[in-house]
Amino acid sequence: MSETSQSLPPPPVRFGSLMRMNGLIRKEFLQILRDPSSIAIAFLMPFFLLLLFGYGVSLDAEHVPVALVVEAPDPETASLAGSFMASRYFSPTVYSRMSEAITAMNERRADAIVHLRSDFGRMIYSSGGAPIQVIIEGSDANTGRLVSGYIEGTVQIWLAQQARFKGQSLQAPVDMRPRIWFNSEVRSQNFLVPGLIAVIMTLIGALLTSMVVAREWERGTMEALAVTPVTMTEILLGKLIPYFILGMGGMILAVSMAYFLFEVPLRGSLWLLIATSALFLLVALGMGLLISIIARNQFVAGQVAIIVTFLPAFILSGFIFDIASMPVGVQVITHLIAARYYVAILQTIFLAGDIWSVIVPNTMALFVMAVFFLGVSRRKARKRLD
Amino acid sequence: MWRRIVALMRKEFLAILKDKKSRIVLIGPPIIQLLVFGYAATYDLNQVPFAVYNEDQGEASRDLLAKLRLSPTFHEVAIVTHDAEIAPLIDSKKALLLIHLGPDFSRNLDQGIPAPLQVIVDGRNSNTAMIALNYIQSIVEVFNKEWNATQQLGTPRAYLVIRAWFNPNLESRWFIVPGIIGLLTLVVTMLVTALSVAREREQGTFDQLLVTPMRPTEIVLGKALPGFIIGFAEATLIMVVAVYWFRVPLLGHLVTLYIGLFLFLLSAIGVGLMISSISLTQQQGLLGAFLFLVPSIILSGFTTPIANMPPAVQYVTYINPLRYFMVVLRAVFLQGAPFLSLLNQFWPMALIGIVTLSLAGWLFRHRMS
Repeated sequence: MSETSQSLPPPPVRFGSLMRMNGLIRKEFLQILRDPSSIAIAFLMPFFLLLLFGYGVSLDAEHVPVALVVEAPDPETASLAGSFMASRYFSPTVYSRMSEAITAMNERRADAIVHLRSDFGRMIYSSGGAPIQVIIEGSDANTGRLVSGYIEGTVQIWLAQQARFKGQSLQAPVDMRPRIWFNSEVRSQNFLVPGLIAVIMTLIGALLTSMVVAREWERGTMEALAVTPVTMTEILLGKLIPYFILGMGGMILAVSMAYFLFEVPLRGSLWLLIATSALFLLVALGMGLLISIIARNQFVAGQVAIIVTFLPAFILSGFIFDIASMPVGVQVITHLIAARYYVAILQTIFLAGDIWSVIVPNTMALFVMAVFFLGVSRRKARKRLD
Repeated sequence: MWRRIVALMRKEFLAILKDKKSRIVLIGPPIIQLLVFGYAATYDLNQVPFAVYNEDQGEASRDLLAKLRLSPTFHEVAIVTHDAEIAPLIDSKKALLLIHLGPDFSRNLDQGIPAPLQVIVDGRNSNTAMIALNYIQSIVEVFNKEWNATQQLGTPRAYLVIRAWFNPNLESRWFIVPGIIGLLTLVVTMLVTALSVAREREQGTFDQLLVTPMRPTEIVLGKALPGFIIGFAEATLIMVVAVYWFRVPLLGHLVTLYIGLFLFLLSAIGVGLMISSISLTQQQGLLGAFLFLVPSIILSGFTTPIANMPPAVQYVTYINPLRYFMVVLRAVFLQGAPFLSLLNQFWPMALIGIVTLSLAGWLFRHRMS
């Protein structure tokens, strides 16, 4: 008896709020289960994309088709051709005339031509040296530059060998000895996979939330919610918490794949990785939420999500293209891309360790962005009918 | 029949363009993104921050360092005098690389002993690290050549005379910007098609469309044609910017380029409509759009050559329409490729387009919630 009369006045705010939140979160989870595309976004996407990317993408060219033009075969040209055959970087084809090699290049059967003229064997012992004409198929500039470096290296090694046969030593006066810190074996996967996690998490975060508020507006259920005692903050938290849990699940899957499948070393601490990832996920979810609130309908929200997430995170995050080499104006724009900070954090925690001089400023930037997106979402989201 | 198709097209255009936000999304971002990405996406390095640790007092080391300092690629940020100062500089990313010359550098050179030049590079992005090392290597080679010229040795000598065809200065931008045309055209067609059927299904208007006398072929045409018109218009705009703003040479024939564009749009719209007609909700449509968009861009040869991929992944790329369009774009822009040489790129796109459009038409009637 006394119990009912006591519960008649409005319940304490905290308790009621918790109960309402609980209900909202339950409702969201039910909706997630009914349309499993959210689960697919959180788990299928990172799995599928990391697999494709981790195995499919490599910046290291091997077996480059090269046309070797030998006008007059002699022991020297045979030995140089042998060096090209033995290199794993090349798969050479030997021609005797330049015109044949040019045809091969035009038909895209060769990426470069190495032309040894008929006086090659004689000229290499002359004081001026023998010219080796090299033509690079330059339409892919990056590969072109790599290939010309490989050719240069192969010729230098061959010259040193020739000198050694003659009892001389040909050593370069200055001998460059590079040491590549943090990735001494130069595996491109070591930097691509952490960068890829940042790109994928951007997609997941924005995809998960970009539709959800817009959907409520579009279907009119937001109006139904508006007449209940729930506050807007509770509605937004009720959206955020379930997708945060899903997103963290996807994140843990991605990090496990990086570590166990692609064997990227984890030199920093796992807890720092998880904490910064959680912060980044909040930024990504906040961005999706804001898109959803501004767009008001799923069609536009979906379009905006496609435009502002993938390509900017892919090109402007420093994941593949070096930010410091971009023009200043573009560098300023990269500061608006959350993935930029997360890529720096991930590459550092994975490959270098807990280096606070990198982690602190980037984490602060992410924190500011999280506050911005969530704060603006809260301000823009009003209970109103229009 | 055509009257019905035109009516549906009108309705589609209205659906896409009546919302002001949607209009802005379709027109603004592609142009802005082309401008930003065109400048951002390059493998060419400049202003690489480096530090110097020179323990040598001789003239040779000063000479070598002067070459480095004069190069526009590098930008000196610090001079180091102790070993302990190296790690903080690299760790905090203040310097990408450090050049270390030992105390005997000049003396070794004078005595004909190879003088080691130690270079420490930040390998967190190993691609950038390797490109920077290549730049240093070429500076060292210039130095070596000059040094050798002052000595008389009877060793074999050869030098490379390197020329690059189609892109004489090996500028990344010439390669990347035509690629961005393909990327953005794909994004725009996805925006127009991937959600269109899904939205109607979710709102229930698609059932109404199905009970009209319109045949599936007519619905496919009505849904696809707006995509074609918007795709052609946007791609043309983007190509104009590529040619007149970025000054990428367009050596080939416009007709070849537009035939490629037509076939690419056919296949991209086909895939977009197929995704849309499989999806029951717009969220599923969006997921489908991403699951197609992301791999097709990554596996198109845009940033990393297809030839570098493992054979199994290379086979996967054969079903990717963007892969063929990338070849067409680059060949027509930079090499002036004639129409006939690109037939092997054209027919797969046509095939993908016909198959996916037919599937989309079939799914209209056979996929019901």
